[in-house]
Amino acid sequence: MIRSILLHGLVIAALIALEPMLSEYHHGNLARIMVLATYAVGYNVLFGYTGLLSLGHAMFFAAGMYGCALMVRLAEWSVGPAFLVGVACALIAGIVVGFLALRTIGVGFMIVTLMFAEAAYLTILYYNEYTRGDEGFTIPQSVRAIGTLDLSDTTTRYFAALTLFSICLIASAALVQSKAGRVLIAIRENEDRVRMLGFDPFRYKLLALVTSAVMAGAAGAAYAVLFGYAGASFAGVQYSIFPLLWVLLGGPGTTLGPLLGAVLMFYLVDYASGTIMPGLAALVETQFGIEAPGLASAWLLLVGVALVLLVLFAPRGLLGTVRVRMIPWLP
Amino acid sequence: MASADGNDMTKLDRRTVLGGAALLAASGSGLLPGLSGYAQAQSSAPIKIGFQVHRTGIGAAYGRWYDRTTKAAAKLINDTGGINGRPIEIVAEDDGTDPKRGAEVIEKFATKHECDVAFGTLFSHVVIGSAPRAGELKLPYFVVSEGHHVASGMLNRYTLQPGITDVKSQVQSMAPWVADNLGKKVTMIYPDFAFGHDHRDYFSEAIERQGGNVISKIAIPPRETSFFKYLPKIPKETEVLYHVMVGPGVLTFVKEMGEYFGDKRPEIFGFIDSLEAVDITSPGLEFLEGSHFWEGYPRYAGPDQTEHDKFYRAAVGVDNNGASLSDPKDVSTYAHMFGCWETLHILKAGMEAADYKGPKDRQALIEAVENMDVFPESRAHPQGSKLFNGRTHQAFAHQHISKVEGGKLVPVHKTSIFDTYYEDEVDYTKMSF
Repeated sequence: MIRSILLHGLVIAALIALEPMLSEYHHGNLARIMVLATYAVGYNVLFGYTGLLSLGHAMFFAAGMYGCALMVRLAEWSVGPAFLVGVACALIAGIVVGFLALRTIGVGFMIVTLMFAEAAYLTILYYNEYTRGDEGFTIPQSVRAIGTLDLSDTTTRYFAALTLFSICLIASAALVQSKAGRVLIAIRENEDRVRMLGFDPFRYKLLALVTSAVMAGAAGAAYAVLFGYAGASFAGVQYSIFPLLWVLLGGPGTTLGPLLGAVLMFYLVDYASGTIMPGLAALVETQFGIEAPGLASAWLLLVGVALVLLVLFAPRGLLGTVRVRMIPWLP
Repeated sequence: MASADGNDMTKLDRRTVLGGAALLAASGSGLLPGLSGYAQAQSSAPIKIGFQVHRTGIGAAYGRWYDRTTKAAAKLINDTGGINGRPIEIVAEDDGTDPKRGAEVIEKFATKHECDVAFGTLFSHVVIGSAPRAGELKLPYFVVSEGHHVASGMLNRYTLQPGITDVKSQVQSMAPWVADNLGKKVTMIYPDFAFGHDHRDYFSEAIERQGGNVISKIAIPPRETSFFKYLPKIPKETEVLYHVMVGPGVLTFVKEMGEYFGDKRPEIFGFIDSLEAVDITSPGLEFLEGSHFWEGYPRYAGPDQTEHDKFYRAAVGVDNNGASLSDPKDVSTYAHMFGCWETLHILKAGMEAADYKGPKDRQALIEAVENMDVFPESRAHPQGSKLFNGRTHQAFAHQHISKVEGGKLVPVHKTSIFDTYYEDEVDYTKMSF
């Protein structure tokens, strides 16, 4: 337990210490990554620790995002209370979806969550008058403040993202190391045995799903407030797949895996699309005199190959593999 | 002052109209700012223009041609002396047609590549998702999106759309010709999201001003793959069927319309957006023969082709059918991509007017563009003359209606610029930097 506290404290301290050292570019990236990692931390509670693979988590991210952003846009609330409304929306969505979707298991759970998310996405498009549908809407810089704290300010945004991430990381670590957390892990390993031991798996799975939804919603609300935009694309299936990839990459069932996965995936996409593939296209053009515009856009292939290699050679994710081979106490 | 469709034009001020008329008359005379006389270069370092491009995602076909057009415009500008004697460098990054990635790319332009300005892109959600970061980073962001989001006041002082008209202009300017030539009882078929809703709302208002009305509004849900069940909802008294951007299923939509209507069909009017980068002679599109389309810029070069259009096509590598010179099957997004060409030339004119030397002159650049009134038809503006409203950061231009004849789009009508004008909804010049 002490080692776990020290490790998480060290990671948070490192993120604090990095702030003044980062270039403006990486500073902005890391703020965004921490918000997305918060989303992934929530996803990890459900998938990594409880073994429930949701294909519809974007609905919780979007519930938080729109719950917050619409209160600012339509009711002209300040962003502090609006953020709490966003989290509450995700909480309610988590309870409702949980009660219905947790009646299914395995592939059924995946399909039901996917369908709920699709319904949420189409609802956002349908109420275009309020949500501006696929286009989305901005939250003016002038209202993105809590008291005297300007949330669009680079440093403030970084620490706001770090605060949210730290709270969710600590909460997730505390949960998975608590008695309830051990039951979640036991459900992942053998749900029938958990039931036989006298626990009610439904209650614990609901706890995991609602916790996960609240963290996803908090990340969605934070994205709207910190980056000034809410749009339906965040409710699309792509944004349900992203946290799955981040968690798979970093290590499902490890508390720090979501952060590592989000960081690596962000920079893999960034360098593959902005540097590696366009550079390769330019090289082909200069060396062979062949225009290869398709090569510049083939970065998704590179990302795909990286993920396939990961699944083949490190199926437990990076930190999962580290735990198996080097640090067995890694939380 | 009244427009062709009777709108109050009082917001189009005297300075704009008088200045515009004089400058339009002087088109091509060489007396216009930005077209001649470079300022002395203060540095030989290139001016870096961050280009947000849809290389992947749903906008990839548009992105491919936006990319080609941008490269051609940049080459021309560099071959003719650059900007203020400095070459320009296009720094392209894929936005994935995704608003999150779009915002990240804007950050990258400002903080990693240290671009002087950002430029691009088409899809509205990417622009709306990116604009807040451009504003926060104080990075001028010139978009070629055709969305109404700029002129609606949703964005900020750093975001401008001087090279292409917006959807509100396009739609309302169609109504007079449609009412006079095709009919006044209109049924609209449109996608059930923001883009389609804009068409529904703006066209409904515009056709009513012409004495017509929309008798049925049929919204197609996203991701619909078959349209048979919607076609019986079209009222029998429909004189004009107005369709727009029904998504990737456009070929199915046209084919099913043909099977449903047969020879007895109403007049059909559509927006070319759904058929950009698509060969109009593709199998399944035969039913479109005789129908009409909005085009921002006619795809097929006709007998009235201007010298400017000839020059522009050759520079970008587009043949007289609107396809690539190297591959006749690679059809361009001709109705939209001119916006990249024209926007880069406006950027050049703005930087020269502001004597732009570096990022500290970004505000002066925006003010210089805001002070522009008119972009006369020229090599820099081959699509045609434009009026620019500095208060709303939005350009207004002629629109075109073409008829499908013999598998080609033949221009039949060109609107006046004033048909595209509407009252200001924002004054960005009153916003602080």
